[in-house]
This record gives sequence, C-alpha cells and structure tokens, in this order.
Amino acid sequence: MASTQKKPNLEHIQRVIDQCKAVDTKGLDPFSVDIDDIIATLHQYFPECETTEELTMDAEAVQHLASVIQNQGDWVKHRSTSLYTDPFLLEEKIQRLTKEELAQLFMKAWNPIVEQEQLSIPYIAEALDYWRNLVPINERWQKTGPMQVASGETTREELVKLKILAEKAFREELETFWTELKQKVGEKEKILYMDFVGADTYSETLERAYMTSFLVTYGYATLELVPLEEETYIIPFKEPKTGQSDKQMVSVPVSVSHKEWMEWKEEQQT
Amino acid sequence: MTRKAYYARQIKRAAQLLLYKRHMKPGVRGWELKNKLGSDYPKILKVLDEHLEKLDLQVKTVFEGEEPKDNPTMEELNRARFFVTIRGGFPSKDTKMMGWRIDDVAGLAAAIAHLVANKGKAPRDEVEDLLRTKLPGWRVEMNLNRYIRSGYFAEDENGMLYLDWRTRAEVDQKALVELLLGTET
Repeated sequence: MASTQKKPNLEHIQRVIDQCKAVDTKGLDPFSVDIDDIIATLHQYFPECETTEELTMDAEAVQHLASVIQNQGDWVKHRSTSLYTDPFLLEEKIQRLTKEELAQLFMKAWNPIVEQEQLSIPYIAEALDYWRNLVPINERWQKTGPMQVASGETTREELVKLKILAEKAFREELETFWTELKQKVGEKEKILYMDFVGADTYSETLERAYMTSFLVTYGYATLELVPLEEETYIIPFKEPKTGQSDKQMVSVPVSVSHKEWMEWKEEQQT
Repeated sequence: MTRKAYYARQIKRAAQLLLYKRHMKPGVRGWELKNKLGSDYPKILKVLDEHLEKLDLQVKTVFEGEEPKDNPTMEELNRARFFVTIRGGFPSKDTKMMGWRIDDVAGLAAAIAHLVANKGKAPRDEVEDLLRTKLPGWRVEMNLNRYIRSGYFAEDENGMLYLDWRTRAEVDQKALVELLLGTET
C-alpha cells in the first residue's frame, strides 16, 4: 500500500512538461514556472521511477526545465540590454499614435535594401541564342498517343511456349497426379514416399515431390511418418478433404536429396 | 596592374555584386564575395562603403544569429550576408515611391516594435490582435503574410513569429524603440 502511494505521478510530471513547453511555444513568462518546486517534485519522484516510461518522462521534464532556465537567463540578459523596453509601455505608445505618425517614425529607423534588376547586353544575347534553339511548344508538348499495333491471333501452344499459360491447368494436373497416386497404391492403403515421387531423372523427381506437397496441402492425400523405420508413406484419400481447418496443420519437411535419389534408383535396379 | 587600379576594379565588381539582384533573396554571402573578389573582400567592402556614404547608402552586414559582431572572425564574415541599404532613413514623403501603402508601413512598424519588446518573438495571434486595433481584419492577415514572405518575420509551426533577416538588415531596432518611447502622447 505504501509503495503504491510512492509511485511517481505521471500526470503530474506531464503537467510539468506541458508548463515548461508553453514557455517556449506560447511565449509565456519563464519566471511563471516555479523551478525550485518542480525540482523538488522531480527529486521526490525519481527514486521511485522504475519503468522505461517513467524514466523517459522524468528525463523529458528535466530537459524542458533546463530550457526554461535558459529562457530565464535570456530574459535577464535582454532586460540588461539597451533594447529592453517594457512591452506594455511600448504597446501603449503604439496604440496612441496614428497610422501616419507610426509610419513616419518607422521611416527614420528603416533603411531599405537597395537592389537593382537590370538586363545586361551579354545576357540578352544569351537569351536570344536560347530562343533561337528553343523547340516550338507544339513540338515539345506533342501528345504521344498509344502505339498502333496490328492485331493478330495466337494459339494455346504458343501461349504455353511463352509460359503465359501452364500446359495444364494446375488443378487439373493435381487431380491427374492424385489419380496416379491412387493407382500406384492400388489395394494397399499407402505407398512409400520415395517410391511415388522417384522418377528416372532427379529433376523429374523434384517436380513430383513439389506436386506431392500440394496433394497433401489441398487434402488429396496425407503423410504418415514412421519414426522407428525412418520411413515416410503417402496415403491417398478417396475424396479430397476440404474441411481440415479444424485440425492443427503441421508442416512436414521431407528431404529429397540427390544422394537419396541415387540410392533409391540403385535399389530399383537391383 | 597597379595596386590602385586593382582596387578600383574590385570595388566596381563589389558594387555590381551587391546592387544587382542575383538570387531570389537579396544580398550576397561572404563566401560568394570571397570567391569573386578574393580573401581581402572585407577591405574592398570597407572602401566601397566609404564611396556609398556620399550617396547616403551603406554596406550592411547581417550575421547568422541575432547579435551583430563587433570584431567578427573571417569565418563569421564568410557566413554573413551583405547588402547595400539606405544609410540615413527615408524621407517620409517618398514612401509612395516604394510601393508601400501607409497602412503597410505602420503595420510593419507596430509588429516589429512589438516583437523587439518581446525579445524578438511573439505569438502570431498576439501580433494580429495588435494590428487589428487599427487595421481591418482581412488586411492584417494579408499584410502579415507579406511581411513573412519579404523576410521581415519568420513563423514556426507553433505560430510564433520571429524577427527575420530583412528586419536585421533594414531596421535599426534600437532607434525605432527610442523614437517610439520619445514620442509625446
């Protein structure tokens, strides 16, 4: 209970910061801030500051307080200079003078900058030269319409060649792959992963492994891991399962290294 | 080239640099004068100032920061801006020739005096209130924006007005305050 009471009052510190800021931003009298009182307050709160927020606010308050002290110093310096005038007295004088009197007084203290704008002969010559070389505005701002291109036809084979269309639609390809899996499994429930994805070439094997990952992701099949045998099986579903979201999804990394593929290939040949 | 001829040529060049408008902002920076006139440009400007005195003109130096320096270093001079200004005030009957209405000059005088009395800065609202006592509201805002654009005042994001480079170059602040206080009202 006692420690709760000692907790730094952040609202109070924020008020201190706002008060100090107002001296800078609103031009308030810097001597309206009671420096000693604020220092005593911050001194009291500081040992209890624990969190980063509390310490940051404390530091910010000290920084703004320093700025107020600097303002007080400037104020004293200004008052000691010959430029110091009581603002109220000066305002009173301004209010009593007519516009004409005020303007006439100002003219005595005003020394306007003398500045001349004049063209020189070399600059005119340069400008003429520029004018001669300047392209007419209708040529510079000529609108460039869309380029006219003769239209033609293209075949599906050409689009496939250009890689715009896949040779088979992906879903279609996936279902073909799923059918192949079901055929290979036959009456058995499952097939060894490598026996299914393995192909004559390594790149084809990788391609099949890539497609297999989609079979599992899209609910056409599942993987069965047998840790003791260090084997991975693929089990095709009879129908694609779409409602798998209620189950926890698990990512299973399956390695298909070149070495593994070579070993599998040798095994197939023997 | 004799020493005299060299200085005569350099003074002519300095007058051209200072009098003819070269940038959006009037005046020439010290480093620019150093490049064009050589490192003894302060000496050249001093001689030019003596020549200009006969025409009631002067070379005015405005340093970066508030206070004018009595013995500025070369580095401070290089960063300063130099202008040619009228030396001894302006006859009031010639005001119209400058394109300023009497309202504009009076508003500028009141605003500068208010800022000088408040250590060179004051909230814009406060200055507007002061000007509104004698000028119509629409003119107050328009004039203040004009003074800011001309470089008499600068305004920060909190709406505080500060005395800017043109006031430091053109207005004898001490003389203005003394003239105002010396008036019998």
